[in-house]
Amino acid sequence: MTVTEPSKTPVDLVTLTIDGIEVSVPKGTLLIRAAEELGIAIPRFCDHPLLAPAGACRQCLVEVAMPDREGNVRPMPKPQASCTMTASPGMVVKTQLTSPVSEKAQRGVMELLLINHPLDCPVCDKGGECPLQNQAMANGQGSSRFTEVKRTFPKPIRISTQVLLDRERCILCQRCTRFSKEIAGDPFIDLQMRGAKQQIGTFSPGVLNFHVDLPDPVVRTSEELEPTPQSLQQGSSEDESRGASHEHATGTYAADNLTTTGQALLDESGQPFASYFSGNTIQICPVGALTGAAYRFRARPFDLVSTKGVCEHCSSGCALRVDHRRGKVTRRLAADDPAVNEEWNCDKGRWAFNWATGADRLTHPLVRDPETGELEPVSWPYALQVAAAGLLKARDAGGVGVLPGGRLTVEDAYAYAKFARVVLRTNDIDFRARAHSAEEEAFLGHAVAGTGLGVTFAELEAAPAVLLAGLEAEEEAASIFLRLRKSVLNKGKKVTSIAPWASRGLIKLSGTLIQTVPGQEAAALGTPEAAAAVSTPGSVILLGPRLTESSGAYQAALALAAATGAKLAWVPRRAGERGAVEAGALPSLLPGGRPVSDAAARVDIAAAWDVDSLPAQPGRDTARIIDDASAGLLPGLLVGGVDPDDLPDPAAARAALETASFVVSLEVRASTVSAYADVVLPVAPPAEKGGTFLNWEGRWREFPQALTSEALSDGEVLDSLASEAGEGLGLRGEKAGSAELAQLGRWEGARTERPEAHTLAPASATVLSTWSMLLDKGRLQDGEPYLAGTAHRAVARVSPATATGLGLAAGVTGSVTVSNDRGEITLPLAITPMPDGVVWLPSNSPGSPVRARLAAGNGDPVVLRLAGDALMGA
Amino acid sequence: MADREQNDSDSSGGWLSAFAPIAGFGVTFATMFTKVVTEEYPEQKVPTAPRFHGRHQLNRHPDGLEKCVGCELCAWACPADAIYVEGADNTEEERFSPGERYGRVYQINYLRCILCGLCIEACPTRALTMTNEYEQLKGPTRAGLIFEKQDLLAPMLGGMIPAPHPMVPGTTEQDYYQGKVTQAVPEQQEWVDARTGDDEPAQEAHR
Ligand code: SF4
Ligand code: SF4
Ligand code: FES
Repeated sequence: MTVTEPSKTPVDLVTLTIDGIEVSVPKGTLLIRAAEELGIAIPRFCDHPLLAPAGACRQCLVEVAMPDREGNVRPMPKPQASCTMTASPGMVVKTQLTSPVSEKAQRGVMELLLINHPLDCPVCDKGGECPLQNQAMANGQGSSRFTEVKRTFPKPIRISTQVLLDRERCILCQRCTRFSKEIAGDPFIDLQMRGAKQQIGTFSPGVLNFHVDLPDPVVRTSEELEPTPQSLQQGSSEDESRGASHEHATGTYAADNLTTTGQALLDESGQPFASYFSGNTIQICPVGALTGAAYRFRARPFDLVSTKGVCEHCSSGCALRVDHRRGKVTRRLAADDPAVNEEWNCDKGRWAFNWATGADRLTHPLVRDPETGELEPVSWPYALQVAAAGLLKARDAGGVGVLPGGRLTVEDAYAYAKFARVVLRTNDIDFRARAHSAEEEAFLGHAVAGTGLGVTFAELEAAPAVLLAGLEAEEEAASIFLRLRKSVLNKGKKVTSIAPWASRGLIKLSGTLIQTVPGQEAAALGTPEAAAAVSTPGSVILLGPRLTESSGAYQAALALAAATGAKLAWVPRRAGERGAVEAGALPSLLPGGRPVSDAAARVDIAAAWDVDSLPAQPGRDTARIIDDASAGLLPGLLVGGVDPDDLPDPAAARAALETASFVVSLEVRASTVSAYADVVLPVAPPAEKGGTFLNWEGRWREFPQALTSEALSDGEVLDSLASEAGEGLGLRGEKAGSAELAQLGRWEGARTERPEAHTLAPASATVLSTWSMLLDKGRLQDGEPYLAGTAHRAVARVSPATATGLGLAAGVTGSVTVSNDRGEITLPLAITPMPDGVVWLPSNSPGSPVRARLAAGNGDPVVLRLAGDALMGA
Repeated sequence: MADREQNDSDSSGGWLSAFAPIAGFGVTFATMFTKVVTEEYPEQKVPTAPRFHGRHQLNRHPDGLEKCVGCELCAWACPADAIYVEGADNTEEERFSPGERYGRVYQINYLRCILCGLCIEACPTRALTMTNEYEQLKGPTRAGLIFEKQDLLAPMLGGMIPAPHPMVPGTTEQDYYQGKVTQAVPEQQEWVDARTGDDEPAQEAHR
């Protein structure tokens, strides 16, 4: 049984009376919720449905009477906190609506809460949407008997570059600290001091008067990429000793056993890092004590127009509330969606939205002037005419490769897929703007495309055990991490990870590590440990982005799932990837999981698209499109939101863009691709178009257009381009693409064959391991310096033995240089228990552009040396 | 009520009804001898009532810092949606008001404003008041009737230095509201001089 099915076991009901109305609620229901059932709102601050009861604010006091042993209903001597007391049979509760005692108690508590509150509502961001303001008006009294001097604190202190704390306003409800401990697992703030001085804060020496050896917080701009000599000396010798004790291959890491210290625990601004989820504390703070630097003083609630949104960053598809004022998005909040993100989201989803409004935003179509060689703004009809003519010419001269990128809505991805087949008459389309493999493609066709809603968040939560294969949930799909952590804490879920080292995210999940050298994931998936990890019925295996660089891994995962009965789910990193698979933006797949190689599937789609036939030859994947374009075999390229620096070989991608005789770029902002393009067609960012993302579950996440805008979606542009080229796509209108895709339905015929087994790559002396951090130098995080300041500092990680092998004396820290024939990256070293001969680098953090500089990925050989030292290693 | 009784008595007849057709002229005639209320505007300008609701003014503290904190309460209170405000952070380099927040953008659209004065009641800092001025509130263009912050700011009086500049050293926001700051001090002038850079000695002092 899954939790999505309605539970059939009858729940025990208890019957009680609230304000004279009888109500039956499930056993264990809190009084405050039972009252909600009746539509009675009891004022509250600390109570939050997703946090454990705390009874910290005392605002929810009500009068309670309970039957004693003889059955006489006796009132309790004092009013009780309704947010901590569970309903029991025969209880008689009187809220402020019927009981003068409750009413007086609540008014008294409110008066007390306001004693030290500065009442500076006019300059407070929360003003107008503040539970304290509202409830003071509704349940407080108009005046205070307090005439003495209020306690004051210096206004605001910076908890991180992004979160500001005004301690005067805090009512000590502890929602923020409870969120940090119970949900995110980053206890970055806590209660400090006592009595009237009690306050929320970081472990700041300034407040607590103690001495620590943390570096002075330096606010670093994103430009200051390279680690400074001074910052390299920080760090601690403890790395060594702790690392040494973890040299076994498998180990369970308790949450308090952080494996690294020093650099690795600092954020970009030089503070001990806060949390990837810190924005949620701002959202749930019932007063204006926690505010965000980015939204500070930007607007008032009544200025804002709110629309629903879906996050465009990772594949979780979190529901958002997008607030905008005068045509600009001012903030985004996590929306309440119990099926997906509950009420939370990550800081990237909350704050990284300014990327679309930078100065390099494209507003007009551009066409390269044949004389000057410069891109010139032109009219839409002219640009479409040039683009269509050029693409048709290239098509007839040898073909056009289509690289739509992994960030599209389903509608847009579908338009690319249809455009490629109908107008360009090719299957040369691949959305994978990242490392990819033929095995992955076969796996997607076999087990992902056209399978509909698979494993869901609820199933993930209910699963007794989850195996993360090549997935760093906290960094790559933050909402999955929160769900996993919830059930690790509440239900004792077991999490196992196949990775080279236990990341902070895994430690917070109290997870078990199957220590694996990158590239050997297939072997790890075949081990008895892996099988044991998912042997309990209902277990789930999540396949992460790294598996695509590991030969045989998908094959091994399918075998493991078959052997244990565990469910498989594919978790890509980008929001548009699952949708693109469904839309058929792959060389071997048509929409709905139809294999290109299947004649019946082709006939099916050709009929729906009203064309005579579809190209039968499976197309080229991203790597082949790039290779062939740079070799001059593919004259045309149609490129969407692709950053060459994400591709396995950025230099080759640039060469391809350079060599191809005709390049059309559909972009939101001027980019590397648009700089090479012959025609640039501006398209709308998600806030300016409606659409649907398909999240990793396969759930359709529709969102409306937030801002009024003239910008066209990729789908609309391709539709016009097709008309110009003499073919109709019939994809006008926001939802046309998804409607048509839904109508096509799923493929019922034979699926793509399961991927073939591949030979394992021989392990080389030193191999690279890498994944992307949640906050890094990605293009979609541009223009948000406050957010960038909270990114984890980039460090390189090697095992203690490898470090010693490099000649690093025990107790000394330094930097390492990772190089290959393409280039090198130097980062401060964090010694970490991990396999020897492996070095880990963050994929795209400041100072660590792995793909751009090394053109290397997981499992690729690299050379390692101490910074400023002679070469060592393979 | 009284009128109706009058009418009733008229309609009931009586000797007065004989004058009814010309009674209106009586009113006209009587008015010719009363005091004339017509004003010869614009030749003669009569002062308004002291509490007349005229053009708004954004007041300053006695040292020249602005009182507006950019809270938008005036905009919120406005029934005609005539006010547009955007707040921003005061910084060490650019301080416009005491405390954290100031009004970066302040606009009143006098095509919309009905001069009701609800905004000045809403203002928590007494930054916004109304003057007796009404003659500027006319013009041929829409843009000209949207008054910006610089059009609304109170004139500089003696002892004031135009913002931005720091607060009086050693004072807090509270002191400003409690009237403890009475004028700009030399330190503030030095700071301004150092920033404008046209006064060498002052620049030294600032360093
Ligand atoms: S900062 Fe906000 S959420 Fe945290 S204890 Fe204070 S009032 Fe509660
Ligand atoms: S004028 Fe007054 S009410 Fe209006 S924004 Fe400024 S301080 Fe607030
Ligand atoms: S809501 Fe019950 S004590 Fe805070």
